[in-house]
Amino acid sequence: MSRLADKVVLVSGGASGIGAATARLVVREGGKAVLADRDEAKGRALAGELGDGAHFVALDVTDEAAWNKAVAATVEKFGGLHGLLNAAGVGVRNSIEDCTLAEYRRVNDINGLGTFLGCKASIPAMKQSAMTHVGGGSIVNISSVLGLRGASYAMAYCASKGAVRLLTKHVALHCAQMKYNIRCNSVHPGYIDTPMIAPRLDQPVGNMSGRQWLEELHPIGRLGRADEVAAMILFLLSDESSFSTGSEFVCDGGLTA
Amino acid sequence: MRAARYGHVRMSGELSGQVAIVTGGASGIGAASAALLADAGATVVVADVNAAKDGAGRFVKHDATAEDSWQALLADVLVREGRLDIMVNNAGISGGTGSVESTDVETWQHVQMVNSEGVFLGCKHAIQGMKRTGPGKPRSKGSIVNISSVAGLQAGAGSIAYTASKGAVRLLSKSVALYCAERKYDIRCNSVHPGGVDTPIFDLLWQMVGREQGKAFLDARHPIGRMAEPRELGEVVLWLASDRSSFVTGAEIAADGGITTGLMRRQPFVSPR
Repeated sequence: MSRLADKVVLVSGGASGIGAATARLVVREGGKAVLADRDEAKGRALAGELGDGAHFVALDVTDEAAWNKAVAATVEKFGGLHGLLNAAGVGVRNSIEDCTLAEYRRVNDINGLGTFLGCKASIPAMKQSAMTHVGGGSIVNISSVLGLRGASYAMAYCASKGAVRLLTKHVALHCAQMKYNIRCNSVHPGYIDTPMIAPRLDQPVGNMSGRQWLEELHPIGRLGRADEVAAMILFLLSDESSFSTGSEFVCDGGLTA
Repeated sequence: MRAARYGHVRMSGELSGQVAIVTGGASGIGAASAALLADAGATVVVADVNAAKDGAGRFVKHDATAEDSWQALLADVLVREGRLDIMVNNAGISGGTGSVESTDVETWQHVQMVNSEGVFLGCKHAIQGMKRTGPGKPRSKGSIVNISSVAGLQAGAGSIAYTASKGAVRLLSKSVALYCAERKYDIRCNSVHPGGVDTPIFDLLWQMVGREQGKAFLDARHPIGRMAEPRELGEVVLWLASDRSSFVTGAEIAADGGITTGLMRRQPFVSPR
């Protein structure tokens, strides 16, 4: 299988969840994956498991210098940069009444600023790679169904994912206007069975378990799997999606239908 | 007087007894909203970092990014006006024309502080005020109107920092609407998405390319063939603030001359860099 042959993909949040599932798929499809994460132990372990096609770099997504280092390390290791997945993020439950300003800023820094900085740091290297690569570059930003719809107990998260949804469109238009041959799309997962939502699975809602409550929220009757979202991301990273840019790709078991 | 200034006549008294706060109320959409709310009988508090130029309501110097400024504003309004019914979170900045490549972290954070954190704080503190009961207000009730932008619906209408911040306002408004609905606070919350409105937010653009040329370009980008006057957005705010929109909450109200309605020819106005 070689749907990503010779493509180098930088994955923030690559140590777990959707990022890790995508890194696995990238390597399986003939690409190179650079796992960028704060969790060094998990990130290094997965990179080791994936072998020569993978590499780990430490990354705090809110730190612009760290992003620049991650991009430089990617180019040094694999000779270019064709794909970026901004998967790092935090899911926090809070409402308009109980969210503090500090918490609002923390969530928006990781999810919003972090995604902006990933795009900014990657575009210069991606431009170079896109000149010698027919398919060009592809940026995939993980937003959420909560970037499309509201939720009463995810106020700061909704705001941050709304920001990601819209900044994605900016990046898409900018790169198109500058003729960079770089596309940019957002992915909007429903509730995916990853470490991010693990705490919620154990919290009962009424007489239902947290897991059951979340499962029944989706018309399809279950949680999503990280590899199902990764399959959508793979399509967007590959040249198969070469006419898609600035769009919202929903992967939510019918939640927003 | 104000009705004459904004060119329309309305039955007065519809909002009599109600108290409204309008951030960024000293100019642009905020000033027009304040004037129309006052015309409809509301007691208006204009909260702005800049002094108001005319007298639509009581002026309070206010920094929407500072939580202590919000605490002081609400305490002051609840003492002096005695209640809060309407919150218009209008204060905002364009943050220049920076792209994903040219925007630095400081600019990004500054725009998020004013446009996103300012609206978050406005909603948070307004809810506390609107829940407060007293003589003439037996129960929790209110309407929050957050000014987003067409930039919160699609890109190409501003800097990356502005576009992201308006996307944040669009979604946080829905969270607030649902939360207040679930809590049975009888507080509605909606976002307004103006197209180009002839306000001081374009001052920087006018400086760069000249007002005539800039305005002609923006006029032509609207299917309706022109930018909006501030009053036209004030009317939308007034409608959302009043009980005429009593079943509308969590909605995105575009008032954009048709910009987001069809397929748009994209012409970068200033260099996308």
